[in-house]
Amino acid sequence: MSQLFGLAAAALVGLGLYGLIVHPEPLRKILAFNLLGSGVFVLFGVIARRGAVVGTGADPVPQAIVITAIIVAFAASALAIGLLLRLRQTTGDAAPPTGDGPP
Amino acid sequence: MILDLFSLLAIAAGGFFFLAGTVGLLRFPDPLTRLHALTKADNLGLGLVVLGLLPRVDWPQGGLKLIVVWLLVLLTGATVGQLVARVAQRPGPRP
Amino acid sequence: MSVAWAFDAILAGTVLGVAAWIVVARETFAAVAGFIAYGLLLALVWVRLAAPDVALTEAAIGGGVTGVLLLGAAARLRGGATVPDVWPAAPLRLVAGALCTVIAAALAAVVLLLPEPAPTLAPQAAAALPATGLGNPVTGVLMAYRALDTLLEKVVLVLALIGVWSLAQDASWGGVPGPQGRAARAPDALVFLARLLPPVGIVVAVYLLWLGADEPGGAFQGGALLAAMWILMMMAGLAASPAVSDRRLRLALVVGPAVFLAIGLAGFFSAGAFLAYPEPWAKPLIVLVEAAKIVSVAAALALLVAGPPQRSPR
Repeated sequence: MSQLFGLAAAALVGLGLYGLIVHPEPLRKILAFNLLGSGVFVLFGVIARRGAVVGTGADPVPQAIVITAIIVAFAASALAIGLLLRLRQTTGDAAPPTGDGPP
Repeated sequence: MILDLFSLLAIAAGGFFFLAGTVGLLRFPDPLTRLHALTKADNLGLGLVVLGLLPRVDWPQGGLKLIVVWLLVLLTGATVGQLVARVAQRPGPRP
Repeated sequence: MSVAWAFDAILAGTVLGVAAWIVVARETFAAVAGFIAYGLLLALVWVRLAAPDVALTEAAIGGGVTGVLLLGAAARLRGGATVPDVWPAAPLRLVAGALCTVIAAALAAVVLLLPEPAPTLAPQAAAALPATGLGNPVTGVLMAYRALDTLLEKVVLVLALIGVWSLAQDASWGGVPGPQGRAARAPDALVFLARLLPPVGIVVAVYLLWLGADEPGGAFQGGALLAAMWILMMMAGLAASPAVSDRRLRLALVVGPAVFLAIGLAGFFSAGAFLAYPEPWAKPLIVLVEAAKIVSVAAALALLVAGPPQRSPR
């Protein structure tokens, strides 16, 4: 049963990575980055669930790691958005300059 | 046994209200009418679900917590409805 | 095939659908609204994975506070871009899609080939729990077994905040967060909510903190709730965000890591190792650390949402 969520987590990582690579707008990249991160967290959750023994619902160590990770991901998103807004303020534009040539 | 039946009926009725609210969200033409549908689903649907869950949790801790949750959703739902309606009524391009 | 399995399948399908919506939606605002819904659905996934602490954290921070942050950013970034966004060409997108599919397939293969029986630390965690006086194994891991991670995480929050503050313009260095000249009055409904909700929120936050010792809960979830109450009051104009050079604000931010570090260093003398608790004092020390932690976490989260100072200090 937890395998279902594990497969969903793999799909979330793929979706998030695709959004991160393809979207030109930085705010969408930050959204996709959060998606990617949450896919990895669900994968941890699946591993925690599989570590359940009689008496406990799940292995608590990966769950504690995920709690820490959610907060650190939020801190990273906040810093990224601060940088984005400042970039918009100073250059009047919130996208990296598009140039010709290889990406 | 009769409590189980009561729970089932109440939760099913709550689910029906949520369904009606979603249909209203999708089919109504106008933000204000959609808000109307959503707030009915929120308040009445959630209230019925909470009512159905009350016999299944221990009273007072569980039951009172459920009722407080419902009251908080009522409060925030009403406020958000007001705020969204205020923005929807503003003339000009939609955000 | 049982009802639980059907529910899990529908939940996973809905989560994937909303995630796809976030990636392909045209309007950024719609994508952010989808992200908030995604956070709440993910909280349900956590409940199904028997992780109620993580569900609380995801709903509070992943869905709630991150959602506020992203909505504010989306509103401020809307329109006004001078250079049009250029999407990568279709072949490049195809290659990126293929590579992402390969990565997702590799992860799916890992999930399906996980070792059986699953390695687990749950028995050891449960066996050592009575020594700490706690009843919730996740709190035990956070505060006792992996206390170093939690200490460093609080420091990371403060570091991120310093990073955000350093983005201020020179004129508003050490000033007040929030846009210049915000004189518009908040709508009355919002002010009403901001007067009614914070007392309830504070009580629930302290309750979550106290409950975290034995049941799902803890300082992070309570801190997120307190931060949300403060953000609500700031949005309604009932509480001015303090200047970032304010002494008491900085003290509130630092008290969490400082208390934790002090108790950790004292562990050298009292229990023989860094961050070790002497056995009869374990529970009171943990409660003290958590109480200091909730203040710091609440202040850091709220200030991260408020952003860099934009008005000069008075």
